[in-house]
Amino acid sequence: MNATSRVALLFSTALMVSGAFAADPFPSTYQVPVNPPVLIQGATVLTGSGERLDGADILIANGRIQSIGKGLAPPADATIIDAHGKWVTPGIIDIHSHLGVYASPAVKGLDDGNEATSPVTSNVWAEHSVWPQDPGFETALEGGVTTMEILPGSANLIGGRSVIVKNVQAVTYQGMKFPGAAYGLKMACGENPKRVYGGKNQAPSTRMGNVAGYRQAFADAQDYQQQWDKYNRELATYNKKKAEQAEKSEQTDGTAKKSKDKDAAADKELTPPSPPKRDLKLETLAEVMKGNIRVQMHCYRSDEMATMLDVAAEFGFKITAFHHAVEAYKIADRLAEKNVCAAMWADWWGFKMEAYDGVQENLAIVDYPEHSCAIVHSDSADGIQRLNQEAAKAMAHGQRVGLTVPPERAIRWLTYNPAKSLGLEDRIGTLEPGKGADVVIWNGNPFSVYALAEQVFIDGALTFDRAHPKITPRSDFLLGRHIAESPL
Amino acid sequence: MKPVHLVMLALGLVGAQCATAEGFVIRGATVHTASAKGTLKNTDVLVLGGVIVAVGADASAPNATVIDARGKELTPGLFGGLTDIGLEEIAAESETVDSTLNQKSPAWEQQWRPELDVTAAFNPRSIIVPVERVEGVTWTVLAPNAGDSIIEGQGSAVTLDGRYDAALPGSRSLFVQMGAAGARESGGTRAAEYMLLEQAIHEAHAQGPIGQGALLHAAGRDALYRYLMGGRVVFQVDRASDIREVAAFAERNGIKPVILGGDEAWLVARELAKANVPVILNPLNDLPLDFDRLAASLENAARLQRAGVRIAFSSGDTAQARLVRQLAGNAVAHGLPWEAALAAITSTPADIFGVGATHGRIAVGQAADLVLWNGDPLEVSTLADKVWIAGRPVEMKSRQTELRDRYVEKVKAHQAR
Repeated sequence: MNATSRVALLFSTALMVSGAFAADPFPSTYQVPVNPPVLIQGATVLTGSGERLDGADILIANGRIQSIGKGLAPPADATIIDAHGKWVTPGIIDIHSHLGVYASPAVKGLDDGNEATSPVTSNVWAEHSVWPQDPGFETALEGGVTTMEILPGSANLIGGRSVIVKNVQAVTYQGMKFPGAAYGLKMACGENPKRVYGGKNQAPSTRMGNVAGYRQAFADAQDYQQQWDKYNRELATYNKKKAEQAEKSEQTDGTAKKSKDKDAAADKELTPPSPPKRDLKLETLAEVMKGNIRVQMHCYRSDEMATMLDVAAEFGFKITAFHHAVEAYKIADRLAEKNVCAAMWADWWGFKMEAYDGVQENLAIVDYPEHSCAIVHSDSADGIQRLNQEAAKAMAHGQRVGLTVPPERAIRWLTYNPAKSLGLEDRIGTLEPGKGADVVIWNGNPFSVYALAEQVFIDGALTFDRAHPKITPRSDFLLGRHIAESPL
Repeated sequence: MKPVHLVMLALGLVGAQCATAEGFVIRGATVHTASAKGTLKNTDVLVLGGVIVAVGADASAPNATVIDARGKELTPGLFGGLTDIGLEEIAAESETVDSTLNQKSPAWEQQWRPELDVTAAFNPRSIIVPVERVEGVTWTVLAPNAGDSIIEGQGSAVTLDGRYDAALPGSRSLFVQMGAAGARESGGTRAAEYMLLEQAIHEAHAQGPIGQGALLHAAGRDALYRYLMGGRVVFQVDRASDIREVAAFAERNGIKPVILGGDEAWLVARELAKANVPVILNPLNDLPLDFDRLAASLENAARLQRAGVRIAFSSGDTAQARLVRQLAGNAVAHGLPWEAALAAITSTPADIFGVGATHGRIAVGQAADLVLWNGDPLEVSTLADKVWIAGRPVEMKSRQTELRDRYVEKVKAHQAR
């Protein structure tokens, strides 16, 4: 069994919900493409594991990184890429994208990102809104993005499940879905939920209303879980008794074969318990409390992050990452101690009150403590195309205040750290033997405004090649444009 | 170069005035002039009385402070784009926003207000001003925001040195929202935008009182009339067919048009070049965000420039006006010559808004709006070391640097919790 299917199996076992429900009713149909080996030669490699290797080769085969080092011998059928003078990084991972759910064109017919009809919608799943033809996927690919987490919007306290996708062209989202990746749950602090529902004269209309909303939802989920636990206990007792009875009847089989009436009476005594009704909202939250779904929480202000860490402790779940963490720098040490990632923009600020304290050193400050987990994210169909530049800006501002982050560390903001926040750090996010071969070849130092991704590999398959535009996926939506643009 | 004292003499800067002026010379920088002279290596720039008086080798004046700028790069102060700097503090808090007049009625029932000039609401003490200034943004064009009107009102270029009367003379412009956004306000069809604009223009030209259903007050008629005599009108429009239509409409009505947006402008680049219509664009726009910009492309800027269209860059983002350099750098990565990209955030917008004689270039006689960078000014990893506006040094601090300094100390002491 290969590692992928092992992980998938582990995951599906873990996800078995209280009852006998399918782990994932919408399973991935993505398959690693079959390609000849690729040998990339002579590049400056940022491995994502913290190293910089100059003049290194990378051998890719069977969709995986096989080896990295100097002077690797090419297998007989390998495609050889001369990458002298070029830089190579792991594929970029964006843990906060709305591609497909807020697609281009931004028309009403494609406005599928926020189920803003109730403040708790943990029953909705972002994947059911993903439009695989969003042209934003291909522009993100040109920026080196190979994996992304697509989240519901932030109108709700609890917005719904995220989906992790590979940035490959497919007619269905199942064809993009990252096999075996755990689901995420989108939650949101602050202004958005209270504005959306306060505006409808509904709860929540304040931050205290927000917190009451999260707590009640998880309290309901605890109650729901208890009902299932009770049912499961009763079912176990029933099954045990039934087995005992069967054993007994087997023992007496030879002697009392004819006592059918007696058996029927005993069966009547043993009524199986009725399962509680499935509640899709509470089911998701129960899975969060069991640690099977990872909480990704939109939260700008440091004081609200601290509140949410307490709420998570109260209900026994973990917040994996705070997203849009504009004030994470104020509690950088606390976040590192609690092993919580902060996903940030380089410099967005000021567009609303909770973004007022933005500083351009946020990433560098959050990165500073030991065991930190700083992530660059986009939340934007534009920003996702240039996550490398976002990191570059943060590096420059950090440097100015004595927080020097070298390229081999900064690349982790875009690769290893987001992989870790998705629970996929054993599969993607670094260039190490055995990892999935998501690889970007840049025409220079990626932390430059002039740097462009030249080639992008996903699981060893050349998915984007600047020199050969025909390889690049083209959304169905964009077909016909060139005909319309050419007059007769 | 000419001996400096001769230049000073020519500018009337000798004698008593010179002695009191705060003179300084920026010595040995790589000077990106954003003018026909291009980039000059190891060059001195002499500033007296807030004005550039010499650009060349060995410029000096008695008592002038010398700033060693060897290994650094000097540019004109940057244009922040069309923004609401000083007109808003926090976009989502409407009480802090003064850029928009909402009429709350359909366009044909409105009293159109071309006489509205948002310059009157400019607050030079905005918290945002220093945030942009320390990044090298020394001026911007205040643009009224699209509310629910077709004619949005007027705005001006302003300097960001903190003075109250900040408008730069000759820069006042009228802003008009067209295309899909304007159509929404004019009954559902963009054709009605032209119908209503023609009506307003008719009223502006009319003598004597106008009957019922007039779009304009007397003050509005006067204001609009001035623009029909060759005034500068900025039309926000993206679709290629709308851009052509606007250009023709402007020519018919004696208006000097500027295209703002122009995501599909490259499709009509030759016509724009021929009619000398400039385009203010965001070169990062490459997605078909709506059906007015299906042809959006990262090569828009390069294609327009190649065709001879004058281009300037604007993200329209007030809080992030400082990112104009990143727009320019990306345009270079997608085919725009470096000098043209710098011009698009300095001299070209200055020319478009009628202030090119005093702003936007490093040249004798220009206001000393200057930025000294620690590297390639269009590179995202480069930062401004020093900024001057009208020859005065900018204190390199803002609310953001104060927040930064407070918490950098905490994290270094492992106390950020």
